[in-house]
Amino acid sequence: MALLVLLHAALAATAPLVSRRVGKAVFAWVAVAPLATLVWAGTHAGAVLDGRPVVETAAWVPELGLELAFRLDAFGLVMVGLVSGIALLVFAYCPSYFGARPDLGRFAMYLTAFSGAMLGLVLADNLLLLFVFWELTSITSYLLIGFDDLKESARKAALQALLITGAGGLAMLAGLVLIGQQAGTYSLSAVLADPPTEGAVVAWAVVLVLLGAFTKSAQVPFHAWLPGAMAAPTPVSAYLHSATMVKAGVYLVARFSPAFADVGVWRPLAVGVGVATMLWGGYRALRQHDLKLVLAFGTISQLGFLVALFGWGSSKLLFAGTAMLIAHALFKAALFLVVGVVDHQAHTRDLHRLHALGRRLPVVAAVGGAAALSMAGIPPLLGFVAKEAGFVGFIDAEGVGSSWALGGVVLGSVLTTAYTARFMWGTFWPKPDALDPVGPDVPHPSARFVAPAAVLAGLSLVGGVATGLTDAIVQPAAGALYAPAAEYELHLWPGLGLPLALSALAVAGGLLLFALRRPVERAQLAVARPWTADSVFHSSYAAVLRGARRVTGVVQPGSLMIYLSVVAVSFNINPAVVLVGDVRLPDDVVLAESGFQLVVGLLVLVAAVATVLTRQRFAAVLSLGAVGYGVAVLFVIQGAPDLALTQFLIETVVLVLFLLVLRELPTRFRLRTDRLLQASHAVVALAVGALVFALAVTSLAARRSDPIGPEITARAYPEGGGANVVNVILTDVRAFDTLGEIVVIAVAALGTVALVRAARPGTRATGLRPDADRTIPGSPEVDA
Amino acid sequence: MSAAGRPFGGERSVILDEVVRLVFHTVLVLAVYLLFAGHNQPGGGFIGGLVAGAALVLRYVAAGQRDADIRGGHEVLLGVGLLVAGGTGVAALLAGDQLFESWTFSEEIPVIGTVKFTAALPFDIGVFLVIVGLVVAVLDSLGREADPDAVDLVELDGVDEVGRGSAR
Repeated sequence: MALLVLLHAALAATAPLVSRRVGKAVFAWVAVAPLATLVWAGTHAGAVLDGRPVVETAAWVPELGLELAFRLDAFGLVMVGLVSGIALLVFAYCPSYFGARPDLGRFAMYLTAFSGAMLGLVLADNLLLLFVFWELTSITSYLLIGFDDLKESARKAALQALLITGAGGLAMLAGLVLIGQQAGTYSLSAVLADPPTEGAVVAWAVVLVLLGAFTKSAQVPFHAWLPGAMAAPTPVSAYLHSATMVKAGVYLVARFSPAFADVGVWRPLAVGVGVATMLWGGYRALRQHDLKLVLAFGTISQLGFLVALFGWGSSKLLFAGTAMLIAHALFKAALFLVVGVVDHQAHTRDLHRLHALGRRLPVVAAVGGAAALSMAGIPPLLGFVAKEAGFVGFIDAEGVGSSWALGGVVLGSVLTTAYTARFMWGTFWPKPDALDPVGPDVPHPSARFVAPAAVLAGLSLVGGVATGLTDAIVQPAAGALYAPAAEYELHLWPGLGLPLALSALAVAGGLLLFALRRPVERAQLAVARPWTADSVFHSSYAAVLRGARRVTGVVQPGSLMIYLSVVAVSFNINPAVVLVGDVRLPDDVVLAESGFQLVVGLLVLVAAVATVLTRQRFAAVLSLGAVGYGVAVLFVIQGAPDLALTQFLIETVVLVLFLLVLRELPTRFRLRTDRLLQASHAVVALAVGALVFALAVTSLAARRSDPIGPEITARAYPEGGGANVVNVILTDVRAFDTLGEIVVIAVAALGTVALVRAARPGTRATGLRPDADRTIPGSPEVDA
Repeated sequence: MSAAGRPFGGERSVILDEVVRLVFHTVLVLAVYLLFAGHNQPGGGFIGGLVAGAALVLRYVAAGQRDADIRGGHEVLLGVGLLVAGGTGVAALLAGDQLFESWTFSEEIPVIGTVKFTAALPFDIGVFLVIVGLVVAVLDSLGREADPDAVDLVELDGVDEVGRGSAR
């Protein structure tokens, strides 16, 4: 299974190159990945549906409990079928949807990468691995939403989606870690087989996991990003933002619900949020003019329905949820693909302008109609069958609030029928009163263009008519979540009873609501809302940026004096407190070991004092250099050639570099007139000096454990292979530290270059080689 | 010879030019020697890198940025250096050892004799490159021709607009 994920990655990586040679045929190239996945899944389908999952494990970071564990069970098989099957259809659809544009390779790359990430997500059998793929889908979704990166709206929507799902993902990670620690294993199947259900930790963990699921599946109040995501090209909307990625949250709820439904607030939270989302999404869909937005809010609504079904966690509702999951993926992907066809042919998605398109494009209308009937829950389509099972599940559900949940779901279904009718009317019906109508003369789409949607709509029909066939998939899939859920059956004719009555009520109510669409729209407009989920997101985003700017303004005032003072004072306070509490003087303080040392030491002192007293910058730098050379001489006297050599070289190079900077500064230091400030600087400087002196004197006496020096010296040659102990320490004993240091050096070098470029007036920090910005300020351009 | 481009202005000194020309390559050889000898004698990547940097500084002070031809390339030096140094550690990991676990290579090669080096050598080469990259980056960015308004450190008499233009 890891191989299939890698195949996606490999094809994604090569897509841009391939598209440069073959253009649109790149979609055939990347379609190999989902095709291979489907073939592979097909060969294992028999065993998996029989209840024998395929397992594959490889170690990754065993210390963290992170392993590359994949597991294909019957529920996973359903998800793989949806992820790879719809991917295949979308890849078949893309060449007709897109005109010839140069960036299709990039698009194919993102879409394939997403497909691989989603595949990994539904196959992962390790909590942390699941999280890795979860985040990968967020990132690829970000890239796809922002694909038209010249449009500001696309970039903003992409960022919004990334921030919301990313924040939820972090909450989920915390929840998964808590659950993993409580369970003692990070294996998903092991956790679900023997879930930790006791204690406040697990109760909080499930809330965190639900937060992740809610953000990913666009549940209220985190739904604002999904309508924005419609900025992506329509194949992306069909694939990610209706059929697959947004199902990741639903998938997580479905997996965890049988084990955790009774823990803490799981059931009331999941079902409550699910029903609220179903109602809110349906309500909002009734006002949209853009067909994609009608479907987007419809998707939010349906996702709420699915979260409510799975979130309850009873066997009947898990069964119904599985059926609904399949039904929704089929009809919603088909509807988006139909919208893509309409948009491509008519160049508009405004339902007030599309006029009599059904008469002009009867095949498209039939395909869209079949999918829409499934969405509205009309027999004999799969959507009806699944929704009936859901009603039955809520009617039979035991526990507090089941009748409220049933009521909410029925009301939600009323709204679903209403916005479905709005969608069909808006897309295909004649609208004699339309301003600037489009429709009667649009060109016919090619058969290839409509075929993918037709396949999906056809499956919606077959799945509803041949319930035995559907049962053969849904039963083991639901059973993989929770064994008793495999007992139930789908019914095309449920018999006269409450469930059928509720379906009839939903259809009748929905049609009534549709008939009253103008008053409903007016009423929605009349209800003033001070804020929306979208506006809350944007104002809190702006507030965070404002706050960050303010904090930066305080902690980064840009004054070297303040930085140095803060560093020096905090350096002084921390060790000084320890020193004062626990002073130990060494037994024998030696002033100097030889007269030579004494002389050099005195010279260093004189140079140091001169550095402080001089008013000339140049002189200050030179005397500072003298201090450094003096210290290097002391190293020589002590027999440390490496240190001395390094010190000499550093002093030499730094001296020249210092002088380069000095050219840009006034010759003399500015005279400080503020005596108080000057005095405080003197105090800080003297305190630092005194502390360093005190540390040097006392630190030798403060040793409590044996020095490691002799051991390093002894092991340097046999293990490090070098006679120069200093070098062995640098390159072997603490090689990782040295690597960190050269990274700092490299960053400092790049920072210097960038700062100097940015500060030079008249040039821009372009990142180009310096030749590109050699114009000298104030002088005419000399390049010929 | 023109004074243009020299970091501290002034007429170019023939003596300095010739001396720098003589010692430049010798100093570079010394830098490489220090790099290779470092594991057993004083030296190493850091010291070797600084010596090579000092050679570049010398050439730069004598001839100025343009004629010393020290421009650009610091990105490559820094990047390759980090890659080599980090790659040494990762290579050990890929070989199944711990990150940065050391190894020793020792082989009899005809004519040359016994060649022995350890993981420290490629690591030190990385360090060497990063240090040289740092010096090049700083010379490159801070070492432009002096800004006529700001230069009052050393009395300059060779820098003026005409001289600046003619060197190009």
